[in-house]
Amino acid sequence: MADAVSNPLLTLAGVHTHIGQYHILQGVDFTVARGGLTMLLGRNGAGKTTCLRTVMGLWRASRGTIHCDGRDITRAATPELAHYGVAYVPENMGIFAGLTVRENMLLAARQGPPDDQRLEWIFGLFPAMKKFWNGLAGNLSGGQKQMLAVSRAIVEPRALLLVDEPTKGLAPAMVAAMIEAFRELKSTGTTLLVVEQNFHFARSLGDDVAVMDSGRIVHAGAMAALAADEALQTRLLGLSLEAHQ
Amino acid sequence: MSAVMQGNEGAGAAAVPANRFDWRPLAILAAIMLGAAPFIGSLPTWVTLTVAGLAMGMMIFIMASGLTLVFGLMDVLNFAHGAFISVGAYAGVSVLIALKVSLLATGADSTLWSNLAALVPALLAAMAASGALGWFFERVVIRPVYGDHLKQILVTMGGLIVCEQLIDVLWGPDQIPVPVPWTLTGAFTFGDIAVERYRVFAVVVGAAVFLALWLILSRTRLGLLIRAGVENREMVESLGYRIRRLFVGVFVAGSALAGLGGMMWGMYQGSVTPPMGMQVLVVVFIVVIIGGLGSVGGCFVGALLAGLLANYTGYVLPKLALGSNILLMVLVLLWRPRGLYPVGKA
Repeated sequence: MADAVSNPLLTLAGVHTHIGQYHILQGVDFTVARGGLTMLLGRNGAGKTTCLRTVMGLWRASRGTIHCDGRDITRAATPELAHYGVAYVPENMGIFAGLTVRENMLLAARQGPPDDQRLEWIFGLFPAMKKFWNGLAGNLSGGQKQMLAVSRAIVEPRALLLVDEPTKGLAPAMVAAMIEAFRELKSTGTTLLVVEQNFHFARSLGDDVAVMDSGRIVHAGAMAALAADEALQTRLLGLSLEAHQ
Repeated sequence: MSAVMQGNEGAGAAAVPANRFDWRPLAILAAIMLGAAPFIGSLPTWVTLTVAGLAMGMMIFIMASGLTLVFGLMDVLNFAHGAFISVGAYAGVSVLIALKVSLLATGADSTLWSNLAALVPALLAAMAASGALGWFFERVVIRPVYGDHLKQILVTMGGLIVCEQLIDVLWGPDQIPVPVPWTLTGAFTFGDIAVERYRVFAVVVGAAVFLALWLILSRTRLGLLIRAGVENREMVESLGYRIRRLFVGVFVAGSALAGLGGMMWGMYQGSVTPPMGMQVLVVVFIVVIIGGLGSVGGCFVGALLAGLLANYTGYVLPKLALGSNILLMVLVLLWRPRGLYPVGKA
């Protein structure tokens, strides 16, 4: 966690978000270390997705500040964030079902068509993308759609990748493939902030962890420390990590 | 572009799910055309009605194509589209009337080039007037009510009525006869078969508009963005594209197409009246709905179905003609509740 404090890429300070009459984020403070993978955990309705959407500018912070790489992005428009190197994989994956896999990827490549080397690297992570390259994204299975959503997010090198529940609804074999892909992605130095409910996935990959409850961060620290403390897991998440393996 | 990005790598994979084109709506279109023949009885009449139906369908398509994109991309229920149709028609007709003396003289003085020299500026004026009105509407009337369908209906309906009254003030409440260029009057005859020139012109223009839209949507990055935006606007923004600019561009282009369609509809009817946009708006909405919201291909097939059915029923069962489009919509929605070619929303 020391890196997150001394060398943060993303910093949220006292962030509040209102959606209509609901006060969802109620003063969120946490940092994401540069080059690390931070897991954002918490029970359903804790505000994890709202947190990612607020960072992306899809919902506006009503108070507080958000900084990315030293730049204040609290009021930045969503398209601007993409230009700053922030990519987002939403909970519903956000793939364009009527477009082919190739077209989905082409659209995400803002700096022109990606080179073969980058694509081959992605195909190495997710072989299904090569197989279904010219197929309609809407025809893919749930797991393949998730792979496309992640592939699209990394079609160009990114500074920060925000991923919302990448293993949601996936079969165990698919989760294992996703863990391998994220491990490879980590090795490239990409900074990741991942919202996750699958604690096995979270423990396998997370360097740091932040736990949310009722719109606030109630715990932040090293993932290894949380994984080793069953009492803390039970207090923060209701169940121990072991129970979810 | 790299070889992989061009699709060479994946093309050979055997297990790729096929992106089969859905031919069934087109097959129904052909079946209606062929099925109507025995009820009509005479081949020349069938040809005349079929060409009339296709021409009518093409003009409806031109008017509806912009609305379906605006509906699909921006989720805006824009009843003011009827105003764009009327204003385009009036602007175009005004240009035609102004140029009539010099360029549309009948008989020996009239040439194809002089006719085109009057027609092209008139069509461009129709598009420019409606496009400009569309730009104004998007900025002033529609922008404050994005995301609120009830307010959209109220303000765009109000806008339509205001525009109609403004036309009344500027051009008067009476219908204005449209001086159709001589080149487009009369008919081509093939034995007993007579096909009106104007209807052929409408079919050609409609097909050209469809082809242009298809090429833009399927072969360009702009088209890719529009198709993606129709499915999931938020994701397009997350990928770094300013969808607001895309909205304005599509809205203005859609309004301009409404103006073009309005001008052509006016020439087809032989006159223009202030409420013409509102009158034709019902069938335009029907076509947008049966085509599938946001689907240009569906809008095209739906418009042809509506045009053909209106002409066939008008001849075979005149009492049913008025309700033929409603009947068509009911049947299509019973078969495909999201339209002929539904656009997948994320």
